[in-house]
Amino acid sequence: MISPSVYIARHMQVMLATLGEMIRSPMSNLMTIAVMGIALALPTGLHVILKNVQQVTAQWDGAAQISLFLKPSVTDKQADQLANILRKRQDIKSVTHITRSEALKEFRENSGFGEALEALEDNPFPAVIVVFPTEQSDNLLTVQTMLASFKQRPEVELAQLDMQWLKRLYAIMDFGRRGIWVLAAMLSLSVLLVVGNTIRLAIQNRRDEIEIIKLIGGTDAFIRRPFLYTGFWYGLSGGILSWLLVTLSIWLLSGPVSQLATLYDSNYSLSSLDFSGSLILLGLSIFLGLAGSWIAVSRHLDAIEPD
Amino acid sequence: MIEFHNVSKRYPGSCDALSQVSFKLAGGEMAFLTGHSGAGKSTLLKLIAVLIRPTNGQVLINNENIGHISRRRIPYVRRNVGIIFQDHKLLFDRTVFDNVALPLVISGLPHREIGRRVRASLDKVGLLNKEKSLPITLSGGQQQRVGIARAVVNKPPILLADEPTGNLDPELSREIMELFEQFQQVGVSVLIASHDLDLISQMGHKVLTLDEGRMTAGGMHNAPQDKLR
Repeated sequence: MISPSVYIARHMQVMLATLGEMIRSPMSNLMTIAVMGIALALPTGLHVILKNVQQVTAQWDGAAQISLFLKPSVTDKQADQLANILRKRQDIKSVTHITRSEALKEFRENSGFGEALEALEDNPFPAVIVVFPTEQSDNLLTVQTMLASFKQRPEVELAQLDMQWLKRLYAIMDFGRRGIWVLAAMLSLSVLLVVGNTIRLAIQNRRDEIEIIKLIGGTDAFIRRPFLYTGFWYGLSGGILSWLLVTLSIWLLSGPVSQLATLYDSNYSLSSLDFSGSLILLGLSIFLGLAGSWIAVSRHLDAIEPD
Repeated sequence: MIEFHNVSKRYPGSCDALSQVSFKLAGGEMAFLTGHSGAGKSTLLKLIAVLIRPTNGQVLINNENIGHISRRRIPYVRRNVGIIFQDHKLLFDRTVFDNVALPLVISGLPHREIGRRVRASLDKVGLLNKEKSLPITLSGGQQQRVGIARAVVNKPPILLADEPTGNLDPELSREIMELFEQFQQVGVSVLIASHDLDLISQMGHKVLTLDEGRMTAGGMHNAPQDKLR
């Protein structure tokens, strides 16, 4: 009935016409777009920050490790013997032995307190044996049993479970990720409602026009089309605005963060939203704009019937 | 072209607005629909435009029973029926050209074709020089002509008019009626609801009279349906 080229031309025409209408009344449209942009920028920004934290912590091995600080009276040989005994255990993956002199050397090189150490007569560092449990035994209960048995050994002054805090951090991050999802879902819903409400008002403003179009044989698709394109434009511009907000915020934070990183002797810098992340943000925003207007149109268009 | 067979329409909570109405309007035939207000004229026109559905009986347009067509089909039926309203129903934020072009835009005609047909239609009603005007700047009679131009622009086989001369002086009314006659002469079925009995008698066309929902003149009385086919 309608040739494809005419059909596409018609769509392009409606698409541009709705964009033109939005540009002609910028204030009311900007409000809607701003609400969308901010609502989407919040979870997106949190997501970016969480990703950055993940990047920092990914360098740290997530597995638990137990440090055994040996008594000063234990000789290197005795310490080696202990390390060898531990290596034979089934539940231990590997064992590293840091002798007292190695510990001193490492500290001198890394800390910058080398000269202060010269003043000391004795080597103040204990020998350390670092035990890495196997992956099978890497759970709190097993590791704690292991820890208790190490504490009872006569050579051991102090046995300490490291990386427990890292696990807690991971758990907190997991919680944060879930929290962001919940927040994103709720804010997406609010974006949907904001677009829906804006489109509902637009439909009411054009009630007479819709009635007349129905009277002279306009199909539902024809009437729906401009409202759906309006929703599309809301989605696209809301998405672009939220992208700008996130990028701007990250840029504002990047200065202090790199300063902080310098203080920690790191050249870490904040990374912003990557390309695929940006596409997902825009796609989701457009989807929400379309879905919101679709809901409004399907709920309110049937109510307008000529008489 | 239009056939009513024993059509009744009852609105919820009231008596019959139309009762056992049967009539036939052939292609290229023109008829007036008269009766007091509340006699059922508007109800009859609304049935043809599928704005309402009959309670009983059959409404046939081009031999299609439109009483039971699906919602999706309704727009396509309406495209075959040009309607002229007493209150014109124009879009006041669009130019005359855009108003008249609307049915063609809806049908998805190419741009160039739309321009050609809109100008032909405006020429027919004598408003070609007003295509860029807004309807609010036109007189009542001119607005009515814009409404007529819009109703005929996609050349529908049926033209309905609800009190088209209701607000016009006799001379203008006469001109509008003559315009309808020109469409009838090129094969369009024209049905005009009017209570301007003087004008109707001068024109000398078929007259369908409604009285309290019953067709008292011009209809087919209790005709068995099998004989109508």
